[in-house]
Amino acid sequence: MSKVNDVVIKVATVNGTGSASANGLLMKSIFRMGIPVVGKNFFPSNIQGLPTWYEVRVTGDGHQSRADRIDVMIAMNAQTYERDMAEVTPGGWLIYDSTWPRSKLLDRKDITVLGIPLSRMCNERFDGVRARILMKNIAYVGAIAALLDIDLDVIKTLLEQTFASKKHLVASNLEAIMLGYNYAQEQFDCPLPPRLEAMDKTKGHIIVDGNTAAGLGCVYAGATVGAWYPITPSTSVMDAYKSFCKQYRMDEETDGKKFCIIQAEDELAAIGVVLGASWNGARAFTPTSGPGISLMSEFIGFAYYAELPAVIFDIQRTGPSTGMPTRTQQCDLMSCAYASHGDTKHVLLFPANPEECFYMAVNAFDLADRLQTPVMVLSDIDIGMNDWMCPDLKWDENYQPDRGKVLNAEQIESMEKFYRYLDVDGDGIPYRTLPGEHPKGAFFTRGSGHNKYGGYTEDSHEYQEVVDRLLVKWETARKIVPEPEIAYSKFNKTAIVSLGSCDGAVKEALSILEEKNIGLNYCRIKAFPFGDAVRDFIDQHDEIYVVEQNRDAQLRSLLMLDAGIPQTKIQPMLHYNGMPLDASFVVDSVLAEIAKGRAA
Amino acid sequence: MSYIAKPNVSHPKAPKNELGLTERDYEGVVSTLCAGCGHDSVTAAIIQAVFELGIEPYKMCKISGIGCSSKTPAYFASQSHGFNSVHGRMPSVTTGANAANSALTYIGVSGDGDSLSIGMGQFAHVIRRNLDMCYVIENNGVYGLTKGQYSATADVGTVGKKGPANKQMPIDPVSTAIGLGATYIARGFSGAKEQLVPLIKGAIMHKGFALLDVISPCVTFNDHEGSTKSYAHTREHYHRVIKTDFVRPSEEIVAAYEAGDTMPIKLHDGSKIVFRRVDKDYDPTSRAAAFSYLRDSVNAGEIITGLLYIDEETGDMHDLSGSVSEPLSKIPYEELNPGADQLASLMDQYR
Ligand SMILES: Cc1ncc(C[n+]2csc(CCOP(=O)(O)OP(=O)(O)O)c2C)c(N)n1
Ligand code: SF4
Ligand SMILES: [Mg+2]
Repeated sequence: MSKVNDVVIKVATVNGTGSASANGLLMKSIFRMGIPVVGKNFFPSNIQGLPTWYEVRVTGDGHQSRADRIDVMIAMNAQTYERDMAEVTPGGWLIYDSTWPRSKLLDRKDITVLGIPLSRMCNERFDGVRARILMKNIAYVGAIAALLDIDLDVIKTLLEQTFASKKHLVASNLEAIMLGYNYAQEQFDCPLPPRLEAMDKTKGHIIVDGNTAAGLGCVYAGATVGAWYPITPSTSVMDAYKSFCKQYRMDEETDGKKFCIIQAEDELAAIGVVLGASWNGARAFTPTSGPGISLMSEFIGFAYYAELPAVIFDIQRTGPSTGMPTRTQQCDLMSCAYASHGDTKHVLLFPANPEECFYMAVNAFDLADRLQTPVMVLSDIDIGMNDWMCPDLKWDENYQPDRGKVLNAEQIESMEKFYRYLDVDGDGIPYRTLPGEHPKGAFFTRGSGHNKYGGYTEDSHEYQEVVDRLLVKWETARKIVPEPEIAYSKFNKTAIVSLGSCDGAVKEALSILEEKNIGLNYCRIKAFPFGDAVRDFIDQHDEIYVVEQNRDAQLRSLLMLDAGIPQTKIQPMLHYNGMPLDASFVVDSVLAEIAKGRAA
Repeated sequence: MSYIAKPNVSHPKAPKNELGLTERDYEGVVSTLCAGCGHDSVTAAIIQAVFELGIEPYKMCKISGIGCSSKTPAYFASQSHGFNSVHGRMPSVTTGANAANSALTYIGVSGDGDSLSIGMGQFAHVIRRNLDMCYVIENNGVYGLTKGQYSATADVGTVGKKGPANKQMPIDPVSTAIGLGATYIARGFSGAKEQLVPLIKGAIMHKGFALLDVISPCVTFNDHEGSTKSYAHTREHYHRVIKTDFVRPSEEIVAAYEAGDTMPIKLHDGSKIVFRRVDKDYDPTSRAAAFSYLRDSVNAGEIITGLLYIDEETGDMHDLSGSVSEPLSKIPYEELNPGADQLASLMDQYR
């Protein structure tokens, strides 16, 4: 193992000890050396004292997913030392705090174990319990810098920028870095074979998590009302929205807020607030996760039937019920697609990375307004809370929000009479008016049976006329939602269909398979309902592997239900243990399928 | 069509308000409630109140939950936007509506089941926000629309049509609202329109959360002997602790009020609520006093009515959160979008 810029480092610490900033420093230093890097956080559903891990994949080739190996383990947590050691890939390295002796029983002959007395060095140099703990974490970054050949100047500049307002912290952090750095230089043969070398591959890129990007997207989309009830892992969407609003949305003269954030009593109220606000002309959204979707369902059905725009971010987490709230999955596809009782179905968007979270957030508001219906953006923990390298986000100054068919006072004035639910244009989308706009614009919004004029009805024909028109609108949605990303390897009849955060792993798997002369085509679905491009793609193939992160093959079910794909044609490839997908799972699954086919 | 539109012709000599509209202009479609239902009288009182206040119908929103009571927004102000939402969730919809546009008038109509059973959480939290709205509970002690089950306001000992007497403690919306910090709290009776109309007017003009608990008998399921929410029982135990008049800014307070007994309170728009105390010791600006008075009256089996508490000082939701005064939904997009340059410079923070 002597590759340059291809190494996976995993740091095992205890949550609440400030290791996040040390890991951020490590990530960014590598990124600033121009080397693509992926950061994945594995944290417990707990505030302090439990094991937490951070995985840094240095990938000169620019892969986006996690790798299924650990080259360098930094074992800072005695509690998990044994399993952390077991996880190191043969030939790898383990670094531990040698202040205390470790059990002789725990050893491996196939890896190199390096002890650094991090606690002792920090206890000698720093005062105070808290500072000692924090600095111990910074010190391992210094050791890694020596072992992997990370540019010290880059680290120095980063620290100066990070602590620009607290100068004294620059010196102490740097001192801690040097403790680790010098010790490693003196005691070990630095750098290790898997070392880093500056590149030029991160220009025009940023490191960001999907929730930050989604919150920023809401600001750029012009959303003024955000309602929510805190739930991991969606909380940071609202945190981001709030901090960007404070930066960009304060009135210069009065210091008044041009936004209103309502921390509701629960998710039922959060979605109610969103519907009230969008009914009244604001762009409104709510971030949540699976349990919140369950609670919102009655209102989501209301919005579908009464035809109100709403933007909902579902940052999916693992499992039914509370499940594993800090692990990732794509397990809400079905519950979102058909949320609520009665005949309902909803538009879904599937971002694959933070960059798409930003642009799809904006697109979600346009679609919700255009279609007058809830639009749900299905992200997940992997996208939402992990650090991704993405191209710079850019804004097109010519963008104007599509507020859909909202009549202004002049238009209402010129009408004989306004009726809410008429399909004037044949696209299934009626016109709407806003309260307070014009005396002739009033109508009654209701979830009870209504006819196309907006009046209450219990008449079978009148009821059916409206719900049938909603199907016309569904077909319009199919035409205007984002198209899939499609890639053909070479002419063949087998393909992978996938979505969202599977993308990085699938792409990496495709390139690995390509090297084995197995060419697969690829379609990454970006939205539900499925447009013609998805159906056409599937029609061109004899066999499709559907890669997704849930137990019940939910994307596959949707393909059967909405695109009429025969069950026999689509093979599920399911990853649902709560960890982000990696390429080897896909490669192994494909090879197994091929082997099965040959045996048959 | 299965809904009935009323012919909109009014008598040429019908009185007009300052907008030149007649009371007819504030009516809705024909009610489909049972004949004699208290809710229809509340509807009539709302119509009179908004007509007399001269509110532009299209600048008013009527929002409700689910129940016979929640159906009534269809029966008044057909020129206003209505939102008949889902059961127990009117407060959140109204919160969002007001968040988007603080310049409109919000009337929420709910029932005792809608607000105090399924909607208890939302009822409590909209009060905490001091949302600027008039919140009417049409309180009949039962779930009318699902055919007469006891609701959370059913008194201990009241006897339902079908079953044994209720044994569970009732939730009193008025004392609950006092405890939760509501800033305008009143109780009326659907059978006493002349008292109800000024209470509604005050509730609409109050800036902040105004609760109006209206005893509104359900003639079909809860108007029999043994019921404590029947017309007969309410008339017998009804006690006006305070007489309340509502005075527009343009009107002079007539001298008929005797000093000491009257107490004018100024609302944010300059109009006034004038209290005439029946009980000299009652102070509608003291939360503690109102609370203990209510407790005593409940123990005495009295139904205390009138404007029981008012606080004109506390800011509404937008004041508390520091919103700009312009309605958020009216701010031009250009002012909401930070633009390409800001985004470009923001990117440097993520490297
Ligand atoms: C989620 C849900 N559960 C139950 C119902 C059935 N339901 C309709 S109205 C109602 C009770 C209404 O009682 P109240 O608010 O007191 O109104 P009233 O009819 O007495 O005026 C119930 C339980 C419903 N519509 N929605
Ligand atoms: S059932 Fe009761 S509450 Fe409902 S309309 Fe009839 S009288 Fe009114
Ligand atoms: Mg009731």
